[in-house]
Amino acid sequence: MSFELETATVASENLRRVAIDPVSRVEGHGKVTILLDEDNKVHQVRLHIVEFRGFERFIQGRPYWEVPVMVQRLCGICPVSHHLAASKALDLIVGAAKVTPTADKMRRLMHYGQILQSHALHFFHLSSPDLLFGFDSEVGRRNIVGVAEKYPEIAKKGILLRKYGQEVIRLTAGKRVHGTGAVPGGVNRALSIEERKDLLKDAYQMIAWSREAVQIIKELHQQNPALYDQFGTFRSNFMGMVAPDGSLDLYHGVLRARDADGRILFDQVDYQTYDRLITEEVKPWSYMKFPYFTAMGPEQGWYKVGPLARVQNCDSIPTPFAEHERRELVAYAGGKPLHATLAYHWARMIEMLFAAETIKELLQDDDLSGPELMSTGERRREGVGVIEAPRGTLFHHYQVGDDDLVTMANLIVSTTNNNQAMNTAVREVAKKYLDGQQITEGLLNHIEIAIRAYDPCLSCATHALGKMPLEVTLVDAEGTELDRKYKA
Amino acid sequence: MMDQQNLKDSPHASPAAPPRKLKVATVSLAGCFGCHMSFLDIDERLLPLLELVEFDRSPLTDIKHCGPCDIGLIEGGVCNAENVHVLREFRANCKVLIALGACAVNGGLPAQRNHLELADILQQVYRTGHGLAEGSAIPDDPELPLPLNQVHPVHEVVKIDYFLPGCPPSGDAIWAFLTQLIEGKEPALGHGLLHYD
Repeated sequence: MSFELETATVASENLRRVAIDPVSRVEGHGKVTILLDEDNKVHQVRLHIVEFRGFERFIQGRPYWEVPVMVQRLCGICPVSHHLAASKALDLIVGAAKVTPTADKMRRLMHYGQILQSHALHFFHLSSPDLLFGFDSEVGRRNIVGVAEKYPEIAKKGILLRKYGQEVIRLTAGKRVHGTGAVPGGVNRALSIEERKDLLKDAYQMIAWSREAVQIIKELHQQNPALYDQFGTFRSNFMGMVAPDGSLDLYHGVLRARDADGRILFDQVDYQTYDRLITEEVKPWSYMKFPYFTAMGPEQGWYKVGPLARVQNCDSIPTPFAEHERRELVAYAGGKPLHATLAYHWARMIEMLFAAETIKELLQDDDLSGPELMSTGERRREGVGVIEAPRGTLFHHYQVGDDDLVTMANLIVSTTNNNQAMNTAVREVAKKYLDGQQITEGLLNHIEIAIRAYDPCLSCATHALGKMPLEVTLVDAEGTELDRKYKA
Repeated sequence: MMDQQNLKDSPHASPAAPPRKLKVATVSLAGCFGCHMSFLDIDERLLPLLELVEFDRSPLTDIKHCGPCDIGLIEGGVCNAENVHVLREFRANCKVLIALGACAVNGGLPAQRNHLELADILQQVYRTGHGLAEGSAIPDDPELPLPLNQVHPVHEVVKIDYFLPGCPPSGDAIWAFLTQLIEGKEPALGHGLLHYD
């Protein structure tokens, strides 16, 4: 099936191709192609995910205990998400359906540290230049360097917020990027009282700066409500994990989805059964699959995940400042779900505040320094682990043989869940801003701004391989053939 | 090792000339972005660094193609035709090219696919995999770059001047390496900064 502007209905040889390649200030590798006619009418817009690495396949045959460390290499911005989703799946394989309180809280702390650093990085280092300088601003200034020059305080706070999140990760996982803290059945270290005190010292400052960050995005929204409410806006279902009581919990819970009007589609679903809910469609022009709710079909069943979905899917946020901000967002939306693409930034900053508050609360919990790190039980062959990663719901599903080797791995990464949503967003922006216009760099940046709002992790999403009906030979500097690509 | 003459005209070519900022380009090929994250793990030292360097093409800027640069940092190995093209563009434009992190240095974790048949992986991920829609087929659009049978370290494709190992190298290691290079010294990472994990 095909959506509006997904595939041109006139012969493509009569159309002009404009490409945004690579999409920049996002994580990973993507490009956008736009096909226009001689009047600059837009006929086709596609966000292509262009790289593959093959994780799902080469995880097979590896010992299961390697997996939490291996899968982090899917993504350097959100390695903790993959580390923990895999660990949660493998807890079940080793019979540790319930890990110890120390393990649970150490992992939660690691995860909220990551939410804090990833959201800070995305807002300050990657997206803020567009929002602070304007969508058509000068290319040379549209980056963190420009922000550091014009708004040194904002840049500095962004850097220090991220640093704090990274330090939380370092102390819980052993390393800032690609640590080893979680293992199937628990964790391999606890925090000392000194380490907790040390981190707690700065936690209050991080909460204060996160509150400021929410104010920054709210002010931007208030200064230009027409733009922020309309830009790349479209209706869709949305999904996320909530705690059993309906409150926001990014580490563990049940699946809940709502339709575009906010009505519950399903709730309290055990994520072990995720594959009964979701089917993935493959399109020939992207390595990233297109998931949809099986019961509704590909046309009606696609959905959004991530911050904007989560803060509107839950009934409450269990920390006071973030809950206050959530209520303000809900009130602004007037009782209906907010579908504005740029509202993702607002929701993301509310989540960053939630993460900062949660870190403070966890650090005060003596369970973090407890002696019991590991649980064991009866071995099983299969397990699913789900976590709300910074970018949305992340599924890891493994089967392991009696010889401890992985026999099946299936991953649906957060950004993949947003594939159709991102494609819809760029088509909406193309229709509204590019249609019939002379295409300028600033107009093309509008397309990228829509993509950036989703904070896509295109590295994560490229765990697949493709083939083309062409042949390419890789030769070294001396002309010796190194590689010849697979031919169908 | 490289010829130090390369950076001689910078940042202080002569006492009379104003200091010129060094141009730095960065790219992630078949990597996970973790080395770029580690680069940002220099934390607040980023601000003084920006006094000395300016970024050309990088995921952090909107410059899409690498222009003439002093230093190029390559994260990730080479897994498709586009990676080859970008890597060559970097080599042609950068005086000093650095393989940053395990994937660039030796292929890293993605090279674990090198013992598998590409065709087999394709079949499994797009045709027979878990939870796929009926009739799913392998993506084959000309917009998608051609995958290579093997993942290659970057030095198999172009000449590399320096190798900085680690998965990823720590922010401190990247900071030490870059500051020495910018000062015109031969970078040397001592114990504690040089590691492979």
